[in-house]
Amino acid sequence: MIEVVIDDRCGGCGDCVDVCPSDVLARGPGGKAVIARQADCQTCYLCELYCPEDALFVWPQTDSVADVTAQQALATGDVGGFRRDSGWDEHAATHTNQHWRMGAIFERARLMAIDAAKTARTEDGRTK
Amino acid sequence: MADDFEAPHWETDVLVIGGGLAGTWATIAAAREGARVILADKGYCGTSGVTATAGPGHWWVPPEHREAAVADRLKRSLGLGDPDWMARILDLTWTSLPQLSRHYAFSTDEQGRVQYRGLRGPEYMRAMRAFALEAGATILDHHPVLELLTNADGVVTGAAGVALRGERPWTIRAGAVVLATGGCAFASRLLGSATNTGDGLLMGVEAGADLSGMEFSNYYTPMQAGTNMARSMSFAFARWFDEADHELDIPAGPDVSPHLARALLKGRLYCRLDRIPQDIREVMPQVQPNFVRPFARMGIDAYAERFEVSLVSEGTVRGVGGLRIDGQLCQTAAPGLFAAGDAASRELVTGAISGGGAVNSSWALSSGQWAGQGAAAFARGRRRAGERLHHLGQAGLRPTGRLAGVDLPAAVQLVREEMGAYDRNIFRTGEALAASGEKLDEAWREIAAHAGGWGRGLLRARETAAMVAAARWSKASAVQRRESRGMHRREDAPGLDPRLASRQRAQGLDRVVTRFEAASPENTSLEAVA
Repeated sequence: MIEVVIDDRCGGCGDCVDVCPSDVLARGPGGKAVIARQADCQTCYLCELYCPEDALFVWPQTDSVADVTAQQALATGDVGGFRRDSGWDEHAATHTNQHWRMGAIFERARLMAIDAAKTARTEDGRTK
Repeated sequence: MADDFEAPHWETDVLVIGGGLAGTWATIAAAREGARVILADKGYCGTSGVTATAGPGHWWVPPEHREAAVADRLKRSLGLGDPDWMARILDLTWTSLPQLSRHYAFSTDEQGRVQYRGLRGPEYMRAMRAFALEAGATILDHHPVLELLTNADGVVTGAAGVALRGERPWTIRAGAVVLATGGCAFASRLLGSATNTGDGLLMGVEAGADLSGMEFSNYYTPMQAGTNMARSMSFAFARWFDEADHELDIPAGPDVSPHLARALLKGRLYCRLDRIPQDIREVMPQVQPNFVRPFARMGIDAYAERFEVSLVSEGTVRGVGGLRIDGQLCQTAAPGLFAAGDAASRELVTGAISGGGAVNSSWALSSGQWAGQGAAAFARGRRRAGERLHHLGQAGLRPTGRLAGVDLPAAVQLVREEMGAYDRNIFRTGEALAASGEKLDEAWREIAAHAGGWGRGLLRARETAAMVAAARWSKASAVQRRESRGMHRREDAPGLDPRLASRQRAQGLDRVVTRFEAASPENTSLEAVA
């Protein structure tokens, strides 16, 4: 779930409030984002992606609040990691979208599984 | 709600309900026909739905290979597919994806060839939003629809809902409506599915549409336990272990989940991804940036350590069932109402097995466009008058008895349990299905009699009613299909029954009824060879 809005990073643009599919965030005093309905969060991380200041942090646990602090979030080293790896904004040149390789990766897995099955059969002495 | 004359009101030719993959394509197609289009999304068009959190490939087959692709898919559909529909979505996928080039930065491979087959979810849906806006559509974000409206003749003529900001009711009068509300994940917490509560199925049935294939609602995906990261690619390389760290003999492949479920019924299940080659590990964060987040944040070296896994139910999302398609332009049985994407039954293109990401995405893209075209044409043919609008919403919206506190979280938990439990929903028996059905019937009666509310509370009541309804249609259909076919696995009726090589319809609110269609001769002969 969304756990942290790092207050001194939030620039108050409101983008996270607008894009949240579950309407979890709201604008607090001074326009900064606040977590208004945490239990509704679906842990999709998409608010992080749309936050140009890397002010948001989602914890992977889905079923309960983990009470992560801003300090703990920063200590993971992964605040902003989703936006960086996705190559959004200033990361476009260094983190290109490699999603198109997905088909070939699945194919590698399939061929490896066939190989493994062949090896297993040979070890069982059931193949000629 | 209807009595609140201060409620915002819009008039349009086509109303599209749901702003995911199918809804945005429907919007674009309707706008291209010259229709004025409003798209209303429960969340935000661009992040809502299961495409935005995924990275769908598509059923992307060059023309010269399509005949073979259809023949293969038809065989695997186990008697319930339709080759003409399969060919139609292959054709439309091929011509549609390149149209996104202005909004999505397609990659090129090492030979400089543009790669259209797979798109990364967040960027795909951001592009679809831009595409829909460019087509001239009006998008209403955070405007969940609660019910459909008809004219005096029962023709669907709009919808009513609530705006989350300010919690104000609204109505839209429309010449035709497209339901693109997605599948129902039955509150399983599947990644991206929070808004996928089956609303469109309930609204459609209230308007006179029927459903098909609801028994095929039990596709499961492995994920790291406690998270929701049901991205399947890495698990194609997985080795599986029990708690004592004995490797389990589970063959890789698309049918791995029932094996995992059997292991999970015995105890904890663990996974190692140590077979993933180094070059793939390095590129993984840029292929699936969300997949690596739980590991990075929880300090787990996914490629070295074992980690605990569980299965998440994908309900009708990667299941099959939904509103029955009743014409080439994705008409439903209700006049003026069209269905697209996962809100519709995908049996025509998938049969009794999951369409996975690829066929389902091609279906969403195609059915969306046909529904949008159909809705635009239907709206054009209607005379406009200030007809009185009838509000159709029942359970969760307008209780038949006194409005009273209904334990909605308990009802949601019941749905989650009955539609998620491996021993009841993967390995099915007539007896257990009937027992689930009775519990769900009881929850339905309680909701129909007493649930309602205001603002967000009303939305929750309505969503709960929709999930309970979808679960009841699913259980009732599964009870009646006394055989095992595709993902529908009856422990008390193993194997195909050739007499049941046909699609099954479901409808009814207080009383659920199902019936099998007559099998087509083509399917019966396929059955004989299967």
